[in-house]
Amino acid sequence: MTLKIKNFIIKNAPLLTTITIFILVFIMGGVLYPAMQKPQVFFNLFINTASLLIVSIGMTFVIITRGIDLSVAGMIAMTSAASAALLAKGANIFIVVPLMLVMGITFGFALGCIIHYLKVQPFIVTLMGLFFARGMAYIITLEALPIKDPVYRMLALTKVHIPLFEKTYLYIPSLIGPILLIIAIYLSHWTRFGRTVYAIGNNEQSARLMGLPVGRTIITVYALSGFCSALAGIVWSISLLSGYGGYAPGMELDAIASVVIGGTLLTGGVGGVIGTLFGVLINGTIVSLLQFNGTLSSWWTRIGVGLLTLIFIGIQSIFYMRRKHA
Amino acid sequence: MKNSVPLLKRMRESRLFWPIVAMALILLVDAIFAPGFFKVGILDGHLYGNIVDAFNNSAPLMLVSLGMTLVIATGGVDLSVGAVIAISAAMGAVLINPALGNKLITNDILTKDATNTPLWLIVLATLGAGTLCGLWNGLLVSRAKIQPMVATLILMVAGRGIAQLITNGQIMTIYFTPYFWFGNGFILGLPVSIYIVALVFIIAWVLVRKTSIGLFIESVGINAKATYYSGISEKNIKLFVYIFSGFCAAIAGLILSSYVHSADGNNNGLNYELDAILAVVIGGTLMSGGRFSLLASLVGALIIWTFTITMYTFGVPANALLAGRAVLVLLVILLYSDYARRLLNRIFSLG
Repeated sequence: MTLKIKNFIIKNAPLLTTITIFILVFIMGGVLYPAMQKPQVFFNLFINTASLLIVSIGMTFVIITRGIDLSVAGMIAMTSAASAALLAKGANIFIVVPLMLVMGITFGFALGCIIHYLKVQPFIVTLMGLFFARGMAYIITLEALPIKDPVYRMLALTKVHIPLFEKTYLYIPSLIGPILLIIAIYLSHWTRFGRTVYAIGNNEQSARLMGLPVGRTIITVYALSGFCSALAGIVWSISLLSGYGGYAPGMELDAIASVVIGGTLLTGGVGGVIGTLFGVLINGTIVSLLQFNGTLSSWWTRIGVGLLTLIFIGIQSIFYMRRKHA
Repeated sequence: MKNSVPLLKRMRESRLFWPIVAMALILLVDAIFAPGFFKVGILDGHLYGNIVDAFNNSAPLMLVSLGMTLVIATGGVDLSVGAVIAISAAMGAVLINPALGNKLITNDILTKDATNTPLWLIVLATLGAGTLCGLWNGLLVSRAKIQPMVATLILMVAGRGIAQLITNGQIMTIYFTPYFWFGNGFILGLPVSIYIVALVFIIAWVLVRKTSIGLFIESVGINAKATYYSGISEKNIKLFVYIFSGFCAAIAGLILSSYVHSADGNNNGLNYELDAILAVVIGGTLMSGGRFSLLASLVGALIIWTFTITMYTFGVPANALLAGRAVLVLLVILLYSDYARRLLNRIFSLG
């Protein structure tokens, strides 16, 4: 039994470190600022990081296949701007939302095709995607467009009370991330697609030799990431009730940092979406710590996230080297 | 029978061929649709015009791409250049007037055209700050063995925070006139920044082509392990290229902050890492490392800015230009992909 536990710990070391650090940071916050002990603060993390969680889930799949998707934040901006413009023209929300999701999938699909068929590095292709999406958003509208759609307002302002905890609530859009997370966990661990994703990340050559559909999977992964970012864009525009090309600046970096903090290796093949959840939560906790402090300025967030990324990469490389030597 | 290879083919195999074709295409579009584009005049004894602007504006990008070329040639990438630009710009602004970030001090002290620190010290500190950032990246990559993309991502995320920390979160306006010389000055009618680029380029060129460093860099990029076994200190080569990249970014920061008369931790050098990578890729250096050409990267940087200025001439708003730049990247990708090359080669060989 002890051996089993030991094996479990060794196997999941990066994930456990992430969770431990999250708990430590959160407890530290609670000790420093007693107001942070309220359960609502924990749920606020989900409200504040709703979009980040969604894009990070898509990003995790991409990074596991050894790729990277820099276009996510651009996609959020484009989705928010496009949906705001369509809604302002009087389009029905039940047409707009599916349309946006299809747009995201198509966009990701196109990027995936360029990456796979033209053999260009994902880094450059998705960078182009970022430029393109942001540019398109600015072509749609040069200033922030308000959204006055009643359904959007309803979604944005309805509180969902959480059972067991008194006086705690979430908004409807912040539920999408956790639901997507459950789907993503199922997808990555119990489906053929998920297995193929890990196989490609570990060694694309042998995945191909095993007869796995490498090309199809890579394209699907980017399409999935496009879908996630479009979804995140809708969530973003619901929570801000507006659309603008400058939204979510630098979120691709936050997403990558969250994925890395969550224990997924950028070299591919190792990691998972559960870690990503905690990476995102750590990111959110740092932000709320700064808010509770009040005197520290916003730039400490960036420094803090950078430092944490450094620490995690350090931990990862130690584990990685050990495994290599063993 | 050396000349048996046709001239056209020899030209096509040159590293500079595709960048120059791209440049020619852009200029051709200008010549047809915007005849005023090539107008060059003389004002106050200085040359001015779109072409001069293209050189002057692309100077910081050219510098950054020089450093980036060497980094990419070793098979790495430096994502932190934009943040390093911001850090060094902030450093310069703070040293010029240490009171700038302080709201309590009266306006005439803040807007004084003077400095407490000698100019040479400011320049030295600015360059030193960037070089230090490069050293940090280099140590992470070469000694801690962290993937270049991840190692430099750390500074990319944290760097802008550090820049804001230095300037105390303020956008610092600089009022010290001698400092403006780097970005706005003229020597013999040409902008100073062009001379700076030329100087750095010559130093870099001599370093990589007249000493063995260039060869070592290429060999690290092609096979780091083999390089190590053949007795070359691959670690130090990597360390060197990141330091050089930081140094170049620092000069770019100096020029940029002097050009816009201010230091802004959030916006100085925004998207420069992306543009620099784009410039290097347009210049034909492979992202996987190996052979590189400094001159081609310079042309790449120039292409990006000529394209930008062309778009401005056509009245495309600056924000929407991002989409145009994306199309440019797509074209470059298509042009450099094996399929496109094979197709072109077939067409050329038929002709």
